[in-house]
Amino acid sequence: MKKEYLKLEKIEGPLIILSGIEDASYGETINIKVDNEEVRTGKIIKIEGDKVIAQVFEGTAGISTDNASVKFTGKPLQIPLSKEILGRTFNGVGEPIDGVYQVISTERENINGRPINPVARRYPKNFIQTGFSAIDALMTLIRGQKLPIFSGNGMAHNELAAQIVKQAKIKGATSDNFAVVFGAMGVRHDDADYFRKSFETAGVLDHVVMYINTADDPIIERISAPRCALTAAEYLAFTLNMHVVVVLTDMTSYAEALREISSAREEVPSRKGYPGYLYSDLSTIYERAGMLKSREGSITLIPILTMPNDDITHPIPDLTGFITEGQVVLNRELNQKGVYPPIDILPSLSRLMKDGIGAEYTREDHADLQSQIYASYSKVQDIRSLSQIIGEDDLSDIDRLYLDFGRELEGKFIAQGKNENRSINETLDLGWHILSILPVTELDRMKTELIEKYYDYNRER
Amino acid sequence: MANIEGIVSSINGPVVKGLNMGSFKVHEMVTVGKQKLIGEVVSIEGSIATVQVYEETEGLKAGEIIYSTGTPLSVTLGPGMIGNIFDGIQRPLERIQGMSKDFIPEGIGLISIDENKKWDVTVTVKAGDKLNAGDVYATVQETHRILHKVMVPYNVKGTVTEVKNSGEYTLNDIIVVLEKDNKETVDLTLCTKWPVRRQRPIKERLPIYKPLITGQRVIDSFYPIAKGGTIGLPGGFGTGKTVTQHQLAKWSDADIIVYIGCGERGNEMTDVLEEFPKLIDPRTNRPLMERTVLIANTSNMPVAAREASIYTGITMAEYYRDMGYDVAIMADSTSRWAEALREISGRLEEMPAEEGYPAYLPSRLAEFYERAGCVKTLNGQEASITIIGAVSPPGGDFSEPVTENTKRFVTGFLALDKKLAYARHYPAINYLTSYSGYVDMLSDWYDQNVSSNLLNLRHKMIVLLQEDEKLNEIVQLVGEDVLPNDQALVLETARMIKKGFLQQNALHSEDSYVTLEKQYKMLKCIDTFYEEALQCVKIGIPISVIRKEAVIQDILKIKYDIPNDKLELLDVLNENIIKAFNDLRQKYE
Repeated sequence: MKKEYLKLEKIEGPLIILSGIEDASYGETINIKVDNEEVRTGKIIKIEGDKVIAQVFEGTAGISTDNASVKFTGKPLQIPLSKEILGRTFNGVGEPIDGVYQVISTERENINGRPINPVARRYPKNFIQTGFSAIDALMTLIRGQKLPIFSGNGMAHNELAAQIVKQAKIKGATSDNFAVVFGAMGVRHDDADYFRKSFETAGVLDHVVMYINTADDPIIERISAPRCALTAAEYLAFTLNMHVVVVLTDMTSYAEALREISSAREEVPSRKGYPGYLYSDLSTIYERAGMLKSREGSITLIPILTMPNDDITHPIPDLTGFITEGQVVLNRELNQKGVYPPIDILPSLSRLMKDGIGAEYTREDHADLQSQIYASYSKVQDIRSLSQIIGEDDLSDIDRLYLDFGRELEGKFIAQGKNENRSINETLDLGWHILSILPVTELDRMKTELIEKYYDYNRER
Repeated sequence: MANIEGIVSSINGPVVKGLNMGSFKVHEMVTVGKQKLIGEVVSIEGSIATVQVYEETEGLKAGEIIYSTGTPLSVTLGPGMIGNIFDGIQRPLERIQGMSKDFIPEGIGLISIDENKKWDVTVTVKAGDKLNAGDVYATVQETHRILHKVMVPYNVKGTVTEVKNSGEYTLNDIIVVLEKDNKETVDLTLCTKWPVRRQRPIKERLPIYKPLITGQRVIDSFYPIAKGGTIGLPGGFGTGKTVTQHQLAKWSDADIIVYIGCGERGNEMTDVLEEFPKLIDPRTNRPLMERTVLIANTSNMPVAAREASIYTGITMAEYYRDMGYDVAIMADSTSRWAEALREISGRLEEMPAEEGYPAYLPSRLAEFYERAGCVKTLNGQEASITIIGAVSPPGGDFSEPVTENTKRFVTGFLALDKKLAYARHYPAINYLTSYSGYVDMLSDWYDQNVSSNLLNLRHKMIVLLQEDEKLNEIVQLVGEDVLPNDQALVLETARMIKKGFLQQNALHSEDSYVTLEKQYKMLKCIDTFYEEALQCVKIGIPISVIRKEAVIQDILKIKYDIPNDKLELLDVLNENIIKAFNDLRQKYE
């Protein structure tokens, strides 16, 4: 029989402190019974002699030093897993919130997971067609990659993520072995609803598992929500061999929750008040994406974060970019211009695309086309700033062609409809069509034989 | 003395405090709790010791036992390291996979290089020989290209009394027995242990004089790395740090590469693991894996082991250096290591200095970089360690503490630039703000081995690029067309240097590695173009006409079209340039 402790020593923010405790283990889950009715869960985050500091998942509101009784479970937070989780909705600690019973299973996993052995990883190579030209051609998503969307408040990141999930064509995935795991941290109710509806219209709802922590839910559950989601994803991918796409939103709320708890613990802050371990902590989420040599399944991770003040050097996007394999950056100016998706291609990047494109996966001209569009579009930026000073009329003829190229790339290539799903061939052909605005002599990154095969000499300039 | 026991009293992430530990030593390795987690004592106050634990502490309880091992955190040095991949405290990841499948659990214990493998040993001493520390008593062909020399450990000398015949032995078999002057005997096996935080001894330091050839044009010709040198490689995310490190690991002409993936991505290590065994070294025609040691402590692996990984790596490097090899270390990234220091320091509740980093950050960095150098080993050979440390400055801001302090202790600085990376100018090494303090030290070597003209050309090109930078500010305001012809030619030449020379395609088979001779001849072609075109400009030929010359395209495509082994084509091209502009001038005269 486990002991019950009836007296708390101190309550501070989401933390409670108990003393006189024996046999508590670091990281274990505790149950707190408040006023003899409501049961809340917590986790031990520090042990000091016989003193224990725990964070309470549902928050400490309503707890006093003597109305709560605490029981130690001896185990870290675990969630039950089975195939039945597909189609279900849970809260940030894995309890059902869709009005149905909890999943019953003998399989329970620690939500913290364990690091994948680098030797056991399989290097992700296969291309995922998202149907977005900008992404497919220029920052190709690879099966098993972690590719975040860096957005800002009010931009169309939710639409983009939902459309990617809807359109994604993963090699080897059929309707039987494809699943979506959706983790929401501190999102608005309407955002959560938006995702549910768009999964519904796409007809994939029974392949979706959701872990939802809305903005008015306890902040402490924001820490566990992505971990529950990834634990479910690992189960689906590595036990059931499914191809899983995980969408996590919004990582900024997650990091803010981490900061709040850190400051309640009186830890030494580093940049902008975030704890010094933010990088290590984020990596324990992002690094759970990937593939294993011994299994068929894959976890492709698309975290969404809103850059505070659209600042890409803010610690959250900055540290994220150091861990993830590239990033898709949205741009406020393009968004204002009505370009959807407003992808700013210059700072965007996919680190894994080099091995997932080319004749074997997409087409032989893909790599050169990508490199050429980047180089030419970066030149467009220089010419634009020049033309702001001297006016477009004083530009040289070639410079004016560059401006045309830039306009058309943004207006026809990057921009596309909310239901438009382009195949990779359509995308690459479109890329060539737009590149053909520039004279052949400007295509300095292209192999001659590719120019001969794809360049449109008849295009009006 | 392994029976001293402490008792866990407090747990905060990887930092554990123990009671009753007054007789433990600082930096001693300990095992913690029922699971025997591996840890290291970092400080002792009275009878309370603070231990950093190299594994996940979830599930640990107050009251569990901390066991002493009596030895400091050490690595085992012997054959079997090359071609292997280890975690931050030298545990082989492949064996861990064999024990635990795909994920890394805690409590696997302290394992190291394979003790059961039989090696073909050639014993090189006989009874009666007098041996000093560092002397070689046996050799093992570790890989096709690396002859592993087994050396007498530091502080041991004496006369050989017993010796085995050459043959097959495992790591812990006794090969030689030495009798010291005080009649004590010492058993020598194929391996030795060394505490990672201590520098291995050498006879003396030697001056730096030869370059580490990397096959990367912007490095070899512009900002060379010396054998025995220290290089900082800072860059924000997306600037190609890792690709640059991989290129150096692939192509540099060191005998041994130690690649430390410190707090970086798991897939990057997998990439190295999959790619290196397939890549062939252009100098020896053998797979690159036969000279590479990998250490992987990815970002999600325990943070304390990340702190140790740098020391584990450099200690292994020093061991191979002591055999007389030129070793290069790539540490990707030292910022993650510094962050691990910060994280542990925060949990130890130390007083933070700049941006939360501990006050001892600069001294730790200095200690690390000072372990590089060109040396004479104890056994009298010349050898070197080159350190190339990647730095990941937050927000790409080079004024943060890790970059700032790294700059103080390195002699070469290859700054990766976000703007160049956005324009897909790779390697995105900024050709104006980078520097190398080795140019003067290496000038004799370049003069004798490449051409006495190379460094002159280098200087000339850098001046042109600087001028280009200034002119570009004007162009930004008024456009290129208003520039006088000679200045427009500077822009044209700078463009040629950037596109045709500095940009190098790591994925292109011909361009990935370029010999020094080709680099020199490429520069010479560009220089010929500039000088010839300048003559044309002087007699009033407009730049627009010069731009139409076909040789320009030829120069830009040298990197793809002319293979490393057909350099005579470059001499032809050089002649063609001269001829083309001569013809042009004749047309106008």
